[in-house]
Amino acid sequence: MSAGAELIRLTAADLADKLASGEVSSVEATQAHLDRIAAVDADIHAFLHVSDHALGVAADIDRRRAAGEKLGPVAGVPLAIKDVLVTTDMPSTSGSRILEGYLSPFDATVVARSRAAGLVPLGKTNMDEFAMGSSTEHSAYGPTHNPWDLDRIPGGSGGGSAAAVAAFEAPLALGSDTGGSIRQPAHVTGTVGLKPTYGGVSRYGAIALASSLDQVGPVTRTVLDAGLLHDVIGGHDPRDSTSLTDVWPSFADAAREGARGDVLRGLRVGVIKELPDSGFQPGVSGSFRSALAAMEAGGAELVEISAPHFEFGVAAYYLILPAEASSNLAKFDSVRFGMRVTPSGTPTVEGVMAATREAGFGDEVKRRIILGTYALSAGYYDAYYGSAQKVRTLIQRDFDAAFAQVDVIATPSAPTTAFRLGEKIDDPMQMYLNDVTTIPANLAGVPGISIPSGLAEEDGLPVGIQFLAPARQDARLYRVGAALEALLVDSWGGPLLDRAPVRGGVA
Amino acid sequence: MAKHKLMDFDEALELFEPVVGFEVHVELNTKTKMFSAAPNSFGREANTDLAPVDLGLPGSLPVVNEQAVKFSISLGLALGCQIAPSSRFARKNYFYPDLGKNYQISQYDEPIAFEGSVEVELSDGTRVVVPIERAHMEEDAGKLTHVGGSTGRIQGAEYSLVDYNRAGVPLVEIVTKPIYGTEHRAPEIAKAYVQTIRDIVLSLGISDAKMERGNLRCDANVSLRPRVPAGEPAEPLGTRTETKNVNSMRSVERAVRYEIQRQAAILAAGGSITQETRHWHEDTGTTSPGRPKSDADDYRYFPEPDLLPVVPSAELIDELRAALPEPPAERRRRLKTEWGFSDQEFQDVANGGLLAEVAATIEAGATPASARKWWTGEITRVANAQGREAADLVAPSDVAALQGLVDAGTLTDKLARQVLEGVILGEGTPQQVIDQRGLAVVSDDGALILAIDEALASQPDVMAKIRDGKVQAAGAVIGAVMKAMKGQADAARVRELILERAGQ
Repeated sequence: MSAGAELIRLTAADLADKLASGEVSSVEATQAHLDRIAAVDADIHAFLHVSDHALGVAADIDRRRAAGEKLGPVAGVPLAIKDVLVTTDMPSTSGSRILEGYLSPFDATVVARSRAAGLVPLGKTNMDEFAMGSSTEHSAYGPTHNPWDLDRIPGGSGGGSAAAVAAFEAPLALGSDTGGSIRQPAHVTGTVGLKPTYGGVSRYGAIALASSLDQVGPVTRTVLDAGLLHDVIGGHDPRDSTSLTDVWPSFADAAREGARGDVLRGLRVGVIKELPDSGFQPGVSGSFRSALAAMEAGGAELVEISAPHFEFGVAAYYLILPAEASSNLAKFDSVRFGMRVTPSGTPTVEGVMAATREAGFGDEVKRRIILGTYALSAGYYDAYYGSAQKVRTLIQRDFDAAFAQVDVIATPSAPTTAFRLGEKIDDPMQMYLNDVTTIPANLAGVPGISIPSGLAEEDGLPVGIQFLAPARQDARLYRVGAALEALLVDSWGGPLLDRAPVRGGVA
Repeated sequence: MAKHKLMDFDEALELFEPVVGFEVHVELNTKTKMFSAAPNSFGREANTDLAPVDLGLPGSLPVVNEQAVKFSISLGLALGCQIAPSSRFARKNYFYPDLGKNYQISQYDEPIAFEGSVEVELSDGTRVVVPIERAHMEEDAGKLTHVGGSTGRIQGAEYSLVDYNRAGVPLVEIVTKPIYGTEHRAPEIAKAYVQTIRDIVLSLGISDAKMERGNLRCDANVSLRPRVPAGEPAEPLGTRTETKNVNSMRSVERAVRYEIQRQAAILAAGGSITQETRHWHEDTGTTSPGRPKSDADDYRYFPEPDLLPVVPSAELIDELRAALPEPPAERRRRLKTEWGFSDQEFQDVANGGLLAEVAATIEAGATPASARKWWTGEITRVANAQGREAADLVAPSDVAALQGLVDAGTLTDKLARQVLEGVILGEGTPQQVIDQRGLAVVSDDGALILAIDEALASQPDVMAKIRDGKVQAAGAVIGAVMKAMKGQADAARVRELILERAGQ
C-alpha cells in the first residue's frame, strides 16, 4: 500500500498525532486526499467543488508548525465542507442551480473556526438542493453515489459529506441536520454523524432550510473524530441569536473516556415501545437488536419507554419545515445575487423573480415552498403550522418524560439500508418516512448521534444505531457512542468500513 | 389625475361622523441597524452602509439591537403603554425588491408595548386623549427610485434603483385605536397627535424626527358613518382608507380633511368607499388610490425563528421608566411659564410644532423671545413658501448662533435673514455662510467714513442742514452710505458718524 493510501485511511485523531509529531506533513496529508478525490470522485461524486487553495493552506500550517507555533489539536487535517455552508474562497450553492457560482463575502462561523483551528478545507460536498431530501438525488448537480454500492443512495441531504468520509476522500466533514441530514447518511454509509443540541453550534453562514430545526455538526469515521471536530466548531456565537451561551466540555475527551470502558455499566438505555417493527427492514432491526445485546452485555440496562407522540413527528415536521423554508428561500429572487432569468417581452420585477425561481429551483424545492406557503396562509395557519407546533411541544414532553427514566434513548437510525438511486424519487411520502426516527430530535432540539451498528443480513449494507440524549448532554452521546463503537469494532476485528468495497484501485 | 368631487367640510360633518386612526412610524436614531452592525445613517452613498443580513445574503442571520429595544420600551412607557414581559418578532412575508429577505422582521401578535394613551392639546387649549393600541418594533425597507414612466411608481418604470442603506433601520410603529368623537376637529387632532408624538420622541432623544427625511411617517386612516337620530344605535364603522406616508404635520391635517370631504361626496351620491391605501400629493393637496387593501391581506406571519423572544427584566423597565422625561402636557405648562410667553405666543410655537426647536434654541444660548421670533417668524415664513416643515429647515444650534451674531453686531436683522437663507440652502453654519457670502457688517469706521465723505460731497447742503439742527437730513446720507456698503453696515453707527462729522 502506498504512503498516500495509508494516510487516507488514518482516523483524523491518528493523522493529527502524526502531524503533531512531524512524521507527516499537512501538505502530504492534503495531497494524499486530493489524489484520492481525483481517483474516486468521478464515481462517487461527493464533491461539487475541490479547493485550489488546499495545498497552500496546508503548506502554511506546516510552516507555522516548523516555526514552533502552538497549533490546535487537529491543525493540518483536511476537511470537507457541505455546500450549505458559505465560504469566501469557494462557491456555495446549497446544491441549487439558483446559486451556481455564488461566492459569499463571509465565511460561515463553523468554517471560520475550522480555518482558525488549522483544518484544511478540501472542497464543498454535494447535497440535496437546499438540504431537502434523503438521498442527494435532489441535488441540481447530480446525485452522489454510495461507496458501498454505487447504484445506491448515500443518504441525504448530506450524502456528499458522508460519502466523502466513507470513501476516504476526507477524514472529517461538516454536515447540517434539519431532520436527519447528518445521521441518516451516516447510517447508510457506515460512518459517524452527530447532530448537536439546537444552539450548540452556530448556524451563522449555514444557508437556512428551517431555522428552528437546522444544526451544523460533524461527519466522520469515528466517534472520537466527531468529538475533535465538534470541539472546533461548537460554542457560543454572538452572530446567531439562537446559539447557546453554555460553556461546553471537550467532546473529544468525552469520546476518549467512553472508549476506555465503564460508561455502559449501569447506563439506562431507553427503547421506544411505539416504534413498530413493521416498516423497519429486518436486517436493520436485527442489527439494532444485536447492538443493544452488546450494550446489555457491557452492563447497560434496557428500559422500555413510551413516546406516544413520535408518530406525529413526520407530519408535524413536514409542516414546520416547509413553512420556514418557504420564507427562508424567498431571498432567492435574482435582485441582489444568484441566477437571473429575464423573460422576453417587457419584463417586470415580479416577472423576473418568478422566471428565475421557476428555472432556478428544482421540483422538491418548489413542492416544499408551495406546501409551506399554504401552511402559513391566513385561515390555515392554526390548523397547520399552529397544530404542528403543538405536536412539537408534545414530543418535547415525551422526551422529558423519557429522560426522567433513562440516560439515553436508542433507535435504529433509519428504517432501511441504502435504497437504490431512483427507487423513491417519485414517491415523496416514502422518502419523507425515511426520517421517522431522526426527526423527533430536531423537533425537540435534543442531540443525536448515529454510529455504525453492523451490516444488514439480507443486503450486507451498513446500518446505524442512533442515540438521543437530553438537550445540552451532547457529551453523553460521545461517551456512549465511543463505548459501543469500541465493543463493536472489537467484535468485528476492525472498523466496519474495512468491509466496504475497495475503490480507486489502491485502498 | 382626475380631480375628485369634494363635499364642503361642514356639510360633510353634518351628514357623517368621521372616525380616524393613525399609524406613525418612528425611525430610531440608534448607531447601528435593528438587526445588524451596519451604521444607521442618512444621506450616504447608496448601498454602502450594509451588513449581509440587510441584503438577505445566504447564511446571514439577524441579531437584535439592544439599544433599539430600550428606546422602544422608553417610547412605550411614554405612551402610557404596558410593556410585554415577553414579546416576539415575526416575519411579515411579501416579495418586494426593497426587502432584502423578501420578508420584513416585525412584531405581530406579541408587540413590545400595548394599551396606552396620549393627551394632545389643540390650538385653543382643548385636550383630547388618543387611545394607543400598540407600539411594535420592526425594520425599515430599502429605498426604491423608479426611473422612467410617468407615475414615479414601479408600474411603468423603465427600471428601478434600490438603495439598501435604509434597509434594517430600526422603526417603532405606533398604532392608535379608532378615535371616535373628533367631529369637525378630526384634521386638527390628526396634526396635534403627530406633533405630540414628535415632541415625545424628541424629548426622549430616540429619533431625529425629521419628517422630511422620513424619520417620522404617518399613515392616516379615515372612515365615515352616517349620523343617526339621538337614541338610535350607531351605524357600524364605515369602510376606511389608509393614506400612506404623509410627511409633514400640515399634510396630515390636510389629508384627513381631504379624505373626509372626498368620502362624504361619494357616500352622499350613493357610492361606496373602496378599502385601499391612498397616496397623498403634497402639490395638489389630494389623495389618489394606491393598492386595494383588505383585512385579509396575507403576509403569512409566523414567529421569527432566528430570534429569541424579547424578555426585558423588570429592573430594566423600572430604570427606563424612572428616566422618562416629563409628559408633553406637563412640559408645555412648564415651558410656557419658564419662557414667559403669552397664551398667543405659546400657541404660535406649539401649533407650529416648534416646541422642541424653540427649547433647543434656548438651550443653545438664545433668549426665549429671540428663539420664538426666529422660529415662528422668518423660518416659518420660508417653510410655508417652500411647502416644507419649519423644523426640517435648520438646526436649533444654528438659529442660536445666528442670533448670537446679531447680538454681537456682526449681522443686522436683514443680513441675518440672508445668512439664514444660506444655512437653509445647506451652505453650512451661519459663520460659514458669512465667510462664503461675505455678508458681515462693515464695522471698520474708516471704510464707513470714506463712504460718508463721498456721500456728503455729492450732497453738500446736508451738512449745513444738520448744523442748523435739522438732524433728520442725515437720513438721505445714511441711505446713500448703506447703498454704497451694499447693506453691510450698521445704520445706527453710520448715523453716529455723520453726526460726528457735522460736529454735533
